[in-house]
Amino acid sequence: MADTKTLGESLRLHGVSRRGFLKFCTATASMMALPPTMVPAIAAALEKAKRPSVIWLSFQECTGCTESLTRSHAPTVENLIFDHISLDYHHTLQVAAGDAAEAAREEAMHENEGEYLLVVDGSIPEGNAGYSTIAGISNLQMLEESAKGAAAIIAVGTCAAFGGLHKAEPNPTGAVAVSDIIKDKPIINVSGCPPIPVVITGVLAHFLTFGTIPELDEYGRPMVFYGQSIHDRCYRRPFYDKGLFAETFDDEGAKKGWCLYKLGCKGPMTYNACATAKWNQGASWPVESGHGCLGCSEPDFWDAGGFYNALSIPTSDVSKLVTVGVAAGVALGAATAGLNHKTKSNAAKNHGTVTVDDLEKTS
Amino acid sequence: MTVLDNIKIVVEPAVISELTENTLPLLHEIRHALIRLAESGESTILDLQAIPFGPGDEDRLLSFLGTGEVSATVNALGETKIFETQYPAVWLVEHKNPELSRVALQIEVTQVPTILMTQNADILDSIALIGETLEQSNAEF
Repeated sequence: MADTKTLGESLRLHGVSRRGFLKFCTATASMMALPPTMVPAIAAALEKAKRPSVIWLSFQECTGCTESLTRSHAPTVENLIFDHISLDYHHTLQVAAGDAAEAAREEAMHENEGEYLLVVDGSIPEGNAGYSTIAGISNLQMLEESAKGAAAIIAVGTCAAFGGLHKAEPNPTGAVAVSDIIKDKPIINVSGCPPIPVVITGVLAHFLTFGTIPELDEYGRPMVFYGQSIHDRCYRRPFYDKGLFAETFDDEGAKKGWCLYKLGCKGPMTYNACATAKWNQGASWPVESGHGCLGCSEPDFWDAGGFYNALSIPTSDVSKLVTVGVAAGVALGAATAGLNHKTKSNAAKNHGTVTVDDLEKTS
Repeated sequence: MTVLDNIKIVVEPAVISELTENTLPLLHEIRHALIRLAESGESTILDLQAIPFGPGDEDRLLSFLGTGEVSATVNALGETKIFETQYPAVWLVEHKNPELSRVALQIEVTQVPTILMTQNADILDSIALIGETLEQSNAEF
């Protein structure tokens, strides 16, 4: 349960020196994608930060988001942060089960009324409640009763943020996002399938540090992580600008690291931090590994057509425009992004699917 | 040796193109930061983890910056390595956690990186500590 120690007191109790604290703040600023000039402000805020209670609800999900979180790549920083939050309910991670677990949730809600942070992963079935229940309680009921006393809600993963896989046509469970149900609480959408670990912890760190929610984009996502498109931050972008594209996954262009746009990369319409935060301890990310972005942090990405052809190997205007771009040697980022959104919406209407041919495509 | 060690692995070097180059714009930024430092004394910190490096970019940058005549190690919440590059006032600061994973990599354009400087609160603690030691010594002798 939440205690009265500040983070500064807690760190000193653990023998962390002032240089160690400065380093912790530097790493936290980097994790929150804030400029290094913010370090003194972070240090001042963290010094006074109180230990918040966190209730984590998992609904229709695959546990990928929790897996992502528990494999965060800066363990010291995350450990210090997680040592300092009181994770009072997470039915995948906690030891208690059944009635004892539910009692812990109710106790945390009661003791921290109006102050606890509610984290949700997974979508909520609005159809037959029997599709997903916990201790006999429907997801919808559990979300509504847990949200009432929350200070804010973090919807972790594309399922909680936008409905995700379950919401894909024909959406048999009637899956919806947290924001479709809860309208009277601040909601931070941390989308991605799964979200980048450091983005999850960065948002938690922001709340812990400043006690507020970060600036959000039109989809409720933190601007510091989702403010720029994958395409604009991609190290392959100069190849796009010069009209140099890989045509297959094993041609000369692919070997030379050219742009994957024509192989279905959704980078131009996807907003996320993969290009800078990267994955697996910062080792790489999908585009660096030779595969286009799937657009997993965007709403309804499962219905946006085949991963390998729907947006980027279009049957219409986009290829013509790209050809013009190749000839002219100019960037068409904004224009193609607009066309991509149109293509995406058409693909959603037609419910494009991936075929074996897509996967084995050789030309 | 396990049976897996018998499998020959040939690593093909990545094809690097000048187009993935992030070094040049960063060097311009460092130059501007040096001018600011010289003219107004204002320090600059660049967080390299916020730069969209492609394969080989970081190595190229570090190789270009080289190493200068000062280096230091701070042991606090894991190891932090600091060294001045061959360009005076341009420092590279790499923070690692106790598991040796990197938690931050920064270029500081300054006279002395912040983490090396003793904080005022530590100076006050130091005065108190040495005072206690002297009192104990006086009592004993």
